[in-house]
Amino acid sequence: MDVVIGQLFTGLSIGSILLLAALGLSLTFGQMGVINMAHGEFIMAGSYTAYVVQQVISSATGSLFISLLVGFVIGGAMGVLLEVTLVKRMYHRPLDTLLVTFGVGLILQQLARDVFGAPAVNVAAPEWLSGGVEILGAVVPKTRLFILVLAVMAVVALSLAMQKSPMGRRIRAVVQNRDLAETSGISSRRTDVTTFFIGSGLAGVAGVALTLIGSTSPTIGQSYLIDAFLVVVVGGLGQMKGAVIAAFALGILNSFVEYSTTASIAKVIVFVVIVVFLQVRPQGLFAVKTRSLV
Amino acid sequence: MRTFSQRALAVPTVLAAIGLVLTGCGSKASDTAGESTAASCVDTSGDTIKVGSLNSLSGTMAISEVTVRDSIALAVDEINNSGGVLGKKIQVVAEDGASEPTVFAEKAEKLISSDCVAAVFGGWTSSSRKAMLPVFEDNNSLLYYPVQYEGLEDSKNTFYTGATTNQQIVPALDYLKEKGVKSLYLVGSDYVFPQTANRIIKAYAEANGIEIKGEDYTPLGSTDFSTIVNKVRSADADAVFNTLNGDSNVAFFREYANVGLKPADMPVVSVSIAEEEVGGIGVQNIEGQLTAWNYYQTVDTPENKKFVDAYKARYGANKPTSDPMEAAYTSVYLWKNTVEKAKSFATEDVQDNADGVTFAAPEGLVTIDGSNHHITKTARIGEIRGDGLIYTVWDSGTPIQPDPYLKSYPWAEALGS
Repeated sequence: MDVVIGQLFTGLSIGSILLLAALGLSLTFGQMGVINMAHGEFIMAGSYTAYVVQQVISSATGSLFISLLVGFVIGGAMGVLLEVTLVKRMYHRPLDTLLVTFGVGLILQQLARDVFGAPAVNVAAPEWLSGGVEILGAVVPKTRLFILVLAVMAVVALSLAMQKSPMGRRIRAVVQNRDLAETSGISSRRTDVTTFFIGSGLAGVAGVALTLIGSTSPTIGQSYLIDAFLVVVVGGLGQMKGAVIAAFALGILNSFVEYSTTASIAKVIVFVVIVVFLQVRPQGLFAVKTRSLV
Repeated sequence: MRTFSQRALAVPTVLAAIGLVLTGCGSKASDTAGESTAASCVDTSGDTIKVGSLNSLSGTMAISEVTVRDSIALAVDEINNSGGVLGKKIQVVAEDGASEPTVFAEKAEKLISSDCVAAVFGGWTSSSRKAMLPVFEDNNSLLYYPVQYEGLEDSKNTFYTGATTNQQIVPALDYLKEKGVKSLYLVGSDYVFPQTANRIIKAYAEANGIEIKGEDYTPLGSTDFSTIVNKVRSADADAVFNTLNGDSNVAFFREYANVGLKPADMPVVSVSIAEEEVGGIGVQNIEGQLTAWNYYQTVDTPENKKFVDAYKARYGANKPTSDPMEAAYTSVYLWKNTVEKAKSFATEDVQDNADGVTFAAPEGLVTIDGSNHHITKTARIGEIRGDGLIYTVWDSGTPIQPDPYLKSYPWAEALGS
């Protein structure tokens, strides 16, 4: 029994990490169709933000919460910079975006290596997050519970912003029909930039959260990028609901398969399941309802 | 008129084609010539002699390999400042293997054939070494490989200056057995070294009545260990034998500490975590865990004091030294001593004169065994303490003779070659 509970929590935890990494991507890739391979490096930027903030603020608790804020702003600012300098020139050339942002990602990785060094750096977790909580015989690390809560909060905040705020309405309008939105007086340029800011900012938040469980190294973003893309594709492009379900489903599937087999086989099985799933539902769990003529 | 113009066109076309074929042959001929003389393209006429340094400066292995490049550079500078090798200054050509075995092979080829280096120092993962091996054999050049590895290999073109299994893994198992460990859980990265190391561990365990409670591999660079740690926790072995590489260790030890597993109850013995990784993992997450190596920064020899001081003076007081760094540093000196004994930079002369060459290394005296190109090494079990350094809790006393095929161990017979 405690194995099932333990793996269920592990699955939820993996899912929440996937979700955090994928949430920003579901905006930039799902809503805008930009294949941003530098998304992983925005995650990395968030991680190093947590490291730098901790050098300044010695209280681990204080630095964690400040990092979450600063990480969002820094990730967002990098996203805006990328959008304004490169991505805006190639909205109609998705393959070029892929290559260019991949290159940007490599440059950012090397930059991090030059600035912070190649070995991983340690971001200390607050004392109250060390150790685990025993739930029905299974031990769940507190850091993972924190990330779970953070992911849920990020989803709630993002969906509120998308549903209730004028900005969210503008984003949705531009995604559904760019021309009509522009005719109605919405600046699609400004909306694109805002969307990129939020999407990349969420990557920064994910990066801060990841410092609690793993290494903070120049390659940290790479390890999550592919998984984040899978979550967005399986969930259905631009569908936050889909991303949430896909992230937790993949997390739980992965944890149970890995428990009964091995990590490598679990990865293969998860990929096979995704391939089969996409044969049946190429549009993912949920499809965007668009009124666009294109 | 029409026929003429066709002919007029045909003649230059044919000529051009012949020309192309000829130049093609020409360049091919010169290529082959270049390859066949690759071994002797090493230029010994000038005041300098080139050597290669080939390490991952990017990718998942950069965390470890950058420090190796740094200590190679340190050894080279020390040698240059004391007069060089056979009167020549050493010039290092540094290349990035990018954590990709194929890149290692390409860069090795480049170092040998176009930079014409006399020897190459580097490589870390066994897959990078396996990828480079044919390149060094085909070009008859020399690789000095500074990292502990899984054994079961020897090549006249490679000098193995890290530990082979009987100088690291077997002593670690002996130590655990002596401490009363009756069962083990094996965790490793999914590639050559952990798989082979675990085959050896299982053979040892079977012969010594140690139960293997589980065996798990994760893809290299994997950072989610929640499931594996759950498995380890419920298996309740006496100790964990860890052959993970690179960044994965950070996530593994954080998870291990966070679910409440303590070194006092279930110690983890690691064979590839060195001093520089402890900082990234966070000392509080790994304090009290064990490692098996031949060298720690805390080793108390005059040679080591000199090495540590020189390294810190050059790269920063907070930069620790580690086993592969020490082995890389030692490699350069072993090459120098062999070249001076041979009075030649040529591959064959270095090979013929290698047997018995010694160096008073930071870890203690090491000697090249000419029969398998490995070196004698002192085994040390260390404990990671609160200051982030590793302290010897047991050592073999004298250097252990290398035995890459474990021929002197009856239980290892089934492993084959």
